[in-house]
Amino acid sequence: MSSRDQVRTLRGRVAVVGIGETTYYKHGQSPDAEFKLALKAILAACADAGLDPRQIDGFASYSDDRSEATRLAAALGLPRLRTATMQWGGGGGGCCAAVANGAAAIATGQADCVVVFRSLAQGQYGRFGQTTGVNTASGEKSYLMPYGVLSPPQRFAMRVQRYMHEHGVRQEALRAIALASYHHAQANPRAVMHGRPLDEARYDESRWIAEPFHLFDCCMENDGAAALVLVDAERARDFANKPVYLLGAASGAGYRFAVHPHNSPEYASANFGTVARDLYDMARVTPADVGVVQSYENFTGGVVMALAEHGFFKPEEANDFLTLENLTAPKGRLPLNTSGGNLAECYMHGFELVLEAVRQVRGTSTSQAPRHDVALVVGGPMVAPASNLMFGSEAVL
Amino acid sequence: MSALTTTPSTTAYLPEGLPIPVPEPDGLSAPYWAGLREERLLVQRCTHCGTWQFGPEWICHRCHAFDPEWVEVEPKGRIYSWERVWHPAHASLRNHGPYLAVLVELPHAGLVRMVGNLLGDPMQDVSIGAEVTGVIEHHPDAQPSYSLLQWRLR
Repeated sequence: MSSRDQVRTLRGRVAVVGIGETTYYKHGQSPDAEFKLALKAILAACADAGLDPRQIDGFASYSDDRSEATRLAAALGLPRLRTATMQWGGGGGGCCAAVANGAAAIATGQADCVVVFRSLAQGQYGRFGQTTGVNTASGEKSYLMPYGVLSPPQRFAMRVQRYMHEHGVRQEALRAIALASYHHAQANPRAVMHGRPLDEARYDESRWIAEPFHLFDCCMENDGAAALVLVDAERARDFANKPVYLLGAASGAGYRFAVHPHNSPEYASANFGTVARDLYDMARVTPADVGVVQSYENFTGGVVMALAEHGFFKPEEANDFLTLENLTAPKGRLPLNTSGGNLAECYMHGFELVLEAVRQVRGTSTSQAPRHDVALVVGGPMVAPASNLMFGSEAVL
Repeated sequence: MSALTTTPSTTAYLPEGLPIPVPEPDGLSAPYWAGLREERLLVQRCTHCGTWQFGPEWICHRCHAFDPEWVEVEPKGRIYSWERVWHPAHASLRNHGPYLAVLVELPHAGLVRMVGNLLGDPMQDVSIGAEVTGVIEHHPDAQPSYSLLQWRLR
């Protein structure tokens, strides 16, 4: 490795010093406008950091967030805006890449203090789970929608069905992921499903949405916003909270993964083949070093694939590995989605998972993992571009 | 290559009112949709290197020759994956009940895959690997009119 290669990394360069979120609502129940939710989350993240919001000089988001960086800068009276990046791709595929884009701006001297955020009020705009106001479809949708393959569960069920077929994965493995999220949500007062526990019988009896997905295999739809504050690692210790360092980040897609309709050569995949390898290389850790994982649940089946592709088990071992006991904090082998995640905390397009990973490294989660110096976040599976990131404490730098 | 030999379906598998497929403004997929209206299944194959490609693109992904040719293929294949949809995600499907979508691979066309519905009982057992034949479903009264490619067990 040349010295030039050694500097081409985000490892240890940037740290999270503040996190914040609004109250999380069921879709349509936010009393606040979507843009106001974004402002509230950003100010909460600054307050958590002990930072004057006027020091923000950049924004990063994903999934075509409607709360535009320039409007935020104007609304907050920022002296100057130096970076504004939007990760391509819809859904939660970019929830980690947005952090990487903000961090890259800091690491390359383009900005000093970047807020990464997601704001989403599905009650005020369109819901993801319903197709309305579409009379004609072209491109990818033209090959799907006329056949009743419209909403996200309908678009992803066949990938998971094929994966279960190829590797003998049983419904119980999917169920364990749903149960783990709901279990952790019961300890988390922020969670929309706090006080609404889930057990095996209720999962089994729940209606099918699209086989092999039961109701509880599918994420919620919510209103809210979440944000975090990034600064240069050199400044991180000046803030009130224990710094949480970015160890690595990666995004992208494997060979022709995005070819539609449903023509990816590696079809039964979450699309982390190349992206997981890149992340571990940059973070300089192995799956065995990871103490806690937040893995985006658009659908539980995608989590099965994503965890396998990040090296925690072979696909053929999924049934044995994926049990409620293994996936819950504090005693499980790999505590998963410790805030309740998209299934049971809030569907903030995965950004609530990024915040939860920060809490884990700080040691302040409501379901704290005992090994929390290295925390993985896996963004939306089965989409392109996909993304992931690794946070770590000062001890692992 | 023979045209579709099966009798076109007279009734649609799903209720009317779902989005109507139309080519993109740049016309990339226009030959595909026009082909189905004429009961011909067309798939792109590169004139230069013979690589099959679907969905369509302006370039061959293997050799980068532009404008791959549209070639008629027999509408036969095998089920690569499937789903039974229960929750209606569109107003026109409310109270319709479950229906089957299948992903069909075409071994004689480079294993390209196509999404359609599996005709017949929506509660039937579906097997990955099962052989299927294409059935054209015309929608002559839609504005604009269009035709879909559905599948039934062989």
